Amino acid sequence: MTIDVLERKPPAETRLKIIDCDIHPTMGSLSDLNPWLTKRWQQHIVTYGEFVRQGLAKTLSHPRMQPAVSRADAWPPDGGLPGSHLPFMQEQHLDANGVAFGVLQALRPNGNSQRNLEFGAALSSALNEWQLEHWIRRDKRLKGSIAVTQEWPEAAIKEIERHAGNPDFIQISLPPRSDEPLGRRRYWPIYRAAVEHNLPIGLHVSGVNGHTSTASGSPSFYIEEHHNNVQSMQGLVTSLVVEGVFEEFPSLKVVLIEGGFGWVPALSWRLDHHWKKMRDEVPHLKRPPSEYIREHIWYTTQPIEEPENPAHLIDLFDWIGWDRLLFSTDYPHWDFDDPHTVFKVKLTEAQKQQLFYGNAAKLYGLG
Amino acid sequence: MTRHIVAAVGEIAPGRSKLVTVKGREIAIFNVGGEYFAFFNRCPHAGASLCRGTIVRPAEITEPGTYRLAADRQMLRCPWHGWQFDLRTGEAWCDPATLKARNYSIGVESGAALATVPHAAETFPVSVDQDYIVIEV
Repeated sequence: MTIDVLERKPPAETRLKIIDCDIHPTMGSLSDLNPWLTKRWQQHIVTYGEFVRQGLAKTLSHPRMQPAVSRADAWPPDGGLPGSHLPFMQEQHLDANGVAFGVLQALRPNGNSQRNLEFGAALSSALNEWQLEHWIRRDKRLKGSIAVTQEWPEAAIKEIERHAGNPDFIQISLPPRSDEPLGRRRYWPIYRAAVEHNLPIGLHVSGVNGHTSTASGSPSFYIEEHHNNVQSMQGLVTSLVVEGVFEEFPSLKVVLIEGGFGWVPALSWRLDHHWKKMRDEVPHLKRPPSEYIREHIWYTTQPIEEPENPAHLIDLFDWIGWDRLLFSTDYPHWDFDDPHTVFKVKLTEAQKQQLFYGNAAKLYGLG
Repeated sequence: MTRHIVAAVGEIAPGRSKLVTVKGREIAIFNVGGEYFAFFNRCPHAGASLCRGTIVRPAEITEPGTYRLAADRQMLRCPWHGWQFDLRTGEAWCDPATLKARNYSIGVESGAALATVPHAAETFPVSVDQDYIVIEV
């Protein structure tokens, strides 16, 4: 529908200062990566294309709520996909919502899920250059997440080392749905590199690993699939903790992006309960699981939990730790959280500052 | 409640919408097949601009895999999270008893008729030869 609208701009003095920890830049087609792909991979795209472990590799596993998974009002007026046009993103989101820093989550193409590992590594590498060229160098507010192929740790480390030390990249991006649970030792070299370079691991919901997304089989509906992101997060947190990743890498920081947080207290309580009885099975764990979770893991807020009694959100924050929550919008995706309406409960100015800005500034060294 | 002329008929084509400001309030006007609807331009869920929403027919579902689009009901669907509001009543699909999008009484009147009754015009002169979209706020 074509429409005429007035743009709303809140007065400058009432604006919140925001770090948005989840913004999606979009590319038109894979050929946008050609400047950073060798002839071999350019030709590979034309001849073979992507190969991930699901049918219909070019689409998502379940039909989404909205076209392009996006807000209906996020299509750039000059054409192209939502999230593909920086000036429109600036006007509609970065400027309008007072975003001081935005953390890019460039999810497609998903080099991390390609069966052809060399191709995956080439895609990841090109995706990082694309983030720099099209977004980060054009808007100082935007920061990148380093895309890597976690199933080929040597290539992942090479990619991390290429960008480590560049303040434009502030974390390493891994998919929660990896081939094996992320605590497994095959992934530890990546964590070692993360710690060496003082980069958090950002886990934005993603990954096509060929496993069903629930332990009881494939979901029928998008509403199920969307919720199952929580299961992926619970599985990987449990794996990271129980395999001893945080004992081995005591300074490792992990950010769970778009996987909710309401489940964190329950998981922590339950793991502690089991640990008290079965700690001789995992003697490498020196402390209750909840302590590793409390110390090493951060959570982005979108899509926000909406308890029937909004005040219960405060209980959740108390249990999880106010210093562990990072505001995010998911712009331009359809389940976007608006900074002005996201928390349907009264917060003090200090709490707002912490959630919208302070926690992320401290974690990522911004501002 | 006062009546406000918000547009001339013909100004908003069928399938389009227009945002107007009346008494400091943003109001979204929709032309749905020649019929007009007016909503406060703020989704009661998370504040999205409803003017950018789409008009849809709700799916009526009897069992998984079997559905049809309602013949007699249309909904305004929020551009962000897809919350749906009955085009005529404003009632929310998910919670019609307690949640609704604020809507306004709207109609078409001739310039000649408007010349005889009090109203608050917007920014344009009213001609007796033209029909106008009028809402009550």
